[in-house]
Order: sequence, then C-alpha cells, then structure tokens
Amino acid sequence: MIARLFEGVPRNGLAMLAVLAAVLLAVPLFANDYFITVLILILYFAYVGQAWNIVTGFTGLLSLGHALYVGLGAYTAAALYVHFGVGPWIGMLVSIPVAGLVGAILGFLAFRFGVSGVYFAILTIAFAEFARVGFDHFRWVGGSGGFFLPVAQYSTNDLWLLRGKPVMFYYVILALATAALIVSQLLLRSRIGYFWQAIREDEPAARALGINAFRYKMLAMIISSAMTSLAGVFFAFFYNNLFPEQVFNIQRSIELILGPFIGGVGTLFGPILGAVLLTGLSEITNEFLAALGLDIPGARQVIYGICLLVVIVALPDGVWPWIARKIGLAERKS
Amino acid sequence: MPIDIYLNVAVGGLLTGLVYGLMALGLSVIFGVVRVVNFAHGEMMTIAMYLAVVAFASLGLDPLVTLIPISALLFVFGYAMQRGLIDGFITKPEHTQFMLLVAVAVILVNVQLIIFGPDARNVQSSYAFDSYMVGPLIIDAAKAYAALAAIAVSAVLFAFFRFTETGKAIRACADNYTGALVVGLNVRRLYALTFGIGAACVGAAGAMMSLIIDVTPALGPAYTLLAFVIVITGGLGSMPGALLGGVLIGMTEAMAGLFFTPSAKSMFAFAILVLVLLFRPQGILGKSAA
Repeated sequence: MIARLFEGVPRNGLAMLAVLAAVLLAVPLFANDYFITVLILILYFAYVGQAWNIVTGFTGLLSLGHALYVGLGAYTAAALYVHFGVGPWIGMLVSIPVAGLVGAILGFLAFRFGVSGVYFAILTIAFAEFARVGFDHFRWVGGSGGFFLPVAQYSTNDLWLLRGKPVMFYYVILALATAALIVSQLLLRSRIGYFWQAIREDEPAARALGINAFRYKMLAMIISSAMTSLAGVFFAFFYNNLFPEQVFNIQRSIELILGPFIGGVGTLFGPILGAVLLTGLSEITNEFLAALGLDIPGARQVIYGICLLVVIVALPDGVWPWIARKIGLAERKS
Repeated sequence: MPIDIYLNVAVGGLLTGLVYGLMALGLSVIFGVVRVVNFAHGEMMTIAMYLAVVAFASLGLDPLVTLIPISALLFVFGYAMQRGLIDGFITKPEHTQFMLLVAVAVILVNVQLIIFGPDARNVQSSYAFDSYMVGPLIIDAAKAYAALAAIAVSAVLFAFFRFTETGKAIRACADNYTGALVVGLNVRRLYALTFGIGAACVGAAGAMMSLIIDVTPALGPAYTLLAFVIVITGGLGSMPGALLGGVLIGMTEAMAGLFFTPSAKSMFAFAILVLVLLFRPQGILGKSAA
C-alpha cells in the first residue's frame, strides 16, 4: 500500500509535493482571513474535482451533474443538524450512503439500458435538474426560500460541530483534499483503477478480456458520488445557507468540472492546478474589474469563458500535462 | 367547464410545442450530421429572441417579418462558428467538444446579460391579446401565428433535405462520412452549411418565441436543456422526431403547470426524458442502430 502510494511519482515531484504540503500547513500562521478563504475555495474545488475525475477522468463517463451529490450531501447533513441536532461527523455517515445510493441508481439505470456518451451526460443533468426542482418544493428543508444553519460570531472553534473560524475550515478542507489525492493515487494504481482505464480506452475490448464493465462503472459512480457528498457537508457548514436554485444548478455542476478540465482530465494533479488557476483567475478579475469600475453582472463570466476557450483551443489536454513536461515531471497521462 | 380548460391548455401547449420543436430541429440537424453536441443552442435561441425584440422596439418590425433576416444572421453565425472554431475539434474526444461549446455558451449568455441586463423584455405586438374562438376553444393569436410559422419553416427544411442536391449531399455526409469524402463531397463546407442551417432554425424559432414568452438571458441555459430533452425524446437525428418531441414536451409542460404548479413543469419534462432514456434510448422515432 505504501509502495503503491509513491508508484510512478518521480523523486523531484515528491520533493515538490513535500514543500507544497509544508507551505499549506504553515499558511494560517501568516495569512489573513481573506487569503484563507480563497485557499478554502481552491481546496474545495480541488477536492470535488478529484472526486469527479474518478468517474470522468479515470472511467471515461462524462458526468455533468455532480452538483447533485454536493447538494444531497449538504442537505442531508444540514437537515440532520437543524432538525435533530446531529453534528456533521455523524451526519456525514448518512450523507455518504444517500449520495452513493443516488449515484448507484443513476448508474444502474444508465448502464443496464446501455445509455452512454452524450446520452449519459444528459441523464446526469436531468437527475440534477430533477433534484433542483424537487428541492424547490421540499418544504421540510425550506423549499425555494432556502435552508439556513444557525449562525453566530464564533470566538472558539468547535471541530465536532464544525462551528468556528475560517482557519478551522481551512484545515478540514486541506485534510479532505489531501485524502482525495491519496485515495485517487491508490485507486489509480490498483486493480480497479486499471480496469477503469481499460473501460475508458475501449469498453468492448475490456469486456472481451473478462472485465465486468457494468460492475466497475457502478463502482466508479458510487465512489465518486460518495466522495462528492463530503464536499457538500463541508459546503453546508461553511456557508450556512442552501438554496436549491444555487446548489443544484447546472452552472454549479459546470463550475465544479472546469477545474479538472483546465488542469487536465484524468491526471492526478490536474484538478488541483485547475482549482488554483480558476479561483485565482476569478479573484484577480474581480479585483481588476472593480478597480476599472466595470463591475457589471456578467463581465467576470465573460472573461472566465474566454480564458476557458483559450485553454481548450491551445491546450486541449489541460494545463498540467503541459507544465509537467516543462518542469520535467511528465506525469504519464493515466 | 373544466374539460374546456384542459382542452385549451393542451392546445396552448401544442402550439408552443411546435415552436420548441423547430428549435430542437436545429439541434437535431447539427448533431445528426456534424456529430457535435451544440451546448450553446439555447443561448443562440435567446440571441434570436433579443434580435426580434430590438427590431420591434427600434424599427417597429413584427417578429413574423424579421424572422427571415434573423434566420439569415444566425445562419452566418452558425456557419462562421463551425468554420472558425468547431471544425478543428471534429475528431477530438466528446468531452473536449463539449467543453468548447460550454465555453461558447458561457460567453454568449453573459454578453447578453451585459448588453440587455437581467430584466425580461418582450414584443408588444398589435395582436398580443387577440384570440380565435373555435368551438369551445379559445386560441391565442400570437401562439397560433408562431406555430404556423414553425410548421412552414419545418416544411421548407424537410423539402430542402429531400429534394435539393445540397440537402442530399448533407444527408450523405451524415450517413457515411468516409463514403461522402470518397465521392468527392466537400465535407467541411457541408458541415459548416449544416451548422448554419441548424442555427437558422433556432433563429426562426427564437423570433417566433419572442411573441409568446418574455426573454431574459437566463432563458438560454434553460432552453439548451429543453432542446436536449426534446431531441432525445423524439430521437436524436430524426427530424419528425424533433417536432413530435417538441409537441409532447410542450403539452406536458402546459399540463404540469395546470395540475401542479408552473414552477414544477420542467420536472415533468425531465421525468419524460428519464423514462425515454430508460425504455427507448434511441427516442420515440429514432433508429435503434443509432
């Protein structure tokens, strides 16, 4: 297991990772709350990107509805907390099976009936949209008016109930993102990971070799949706408010997958780099547009879209494979 | 009388559904031939709607008149987009093409937001409140004109693909890409032409839709999804299927609005999509080998 953890990672890459980890651990010592909040966003997107990458990057199933699992995780944990006083660490144990089950249902329906490619992508959107409209009319969790967690000014950090200052959330999401990276590496180098890649490259051939494609595609869906739901739990307790129109929106699903796309689909470091680039870009354009007095709705997204277009046209494989080559860390596109 | 209400709502849904069908026809034509999923379809629809609104507000031209120039503009837009942007991505993996069009959609929807703002705009035609009484039915004049125009444009399109040289050549590309190359068809030009035709359909549908619904930039992504639902329900690549899907979804939405609440209507459209994907993935009129 330990050996597998470092399999295929070049030595200089390992050194860079160690430096990165040390810097990230030490950041709260000298950074202000704004910077911490930006880092939280980056790590959040890195985490979800990593979870999504398992379905689309490793297994080749284009999911465009991952906001569904974020939302399910968020609503489940938030409802347990608000209605029954159950904390997020216990709530998590409910969120994971709920999201995993929905992922399994979607996967079962799609793979049993041979729904693939574009059709699969549309089915994932349909599920998320269905949830969006459904939660709009789900009174028990606030309906379209939104669902709120009690908020107060916290001077102490309560890690058990996740009530506290940004620094605490920072370390929680840092731990999650690190765990996701490790899990992805382990999965990728395991038997399951090789089966996934075989299915992605050529499903009929993989089947001919005796791989149970249905089972492994289901496994990818369940692992990915369960992992994504944890991000939802974090989201609920960090933002303290949930609106179906925002949480389950197709734009949210797209936002979640932009990072890995920019970074490099199917690579391990791509989702992380993509999250850094996109969140950084978004913060910089905000500042820039505000300074120019051009802070009108839509301006930021247009710049966003243009950058996305440029990256897709110039580097269709993503930024990370290109940088990795440049700095001599060629991560084999797995 | 309650039964009259149902009939009236059903007919209203049918008429709107025909315009939906024309919009979806554009998507279907593009996917059927170029094999690229146009994720910016609804955004192109709102462009056409805004063009109709602007033409009406500044020149006083009725959308039923501006329908032709708007279609022509959208044709040029679609042709240029295929030639300049999408052409290089034809052989790329599906998710890369998809992301490309998502980027285009993000840009289009937000440029519209910058230009027109988030508020709803509409066309106040002279016949906006007219209606025809047919037996127990009260038919909204604007919807009726829009639906008739949608049928006319679809008929022109069917004729084009069936009877003209170019239409046949495009169908040849869709049937057999390599074969089309072998017999010397200029596939790249035909692809651009197809994308242009698809965009022109959306242009016509958008102009007519401006008679029925107020336009906001947020309508773009919603219409993209709606067009997908319709096309998959009817059968991707099947032209009559797109119209049939449009009518089905239009009537479902209208009925859902009547029986439940209008805000839940898209849930029923998606429920139909899920059912179709599960039991007849090729769509109602699609070919099973697709």
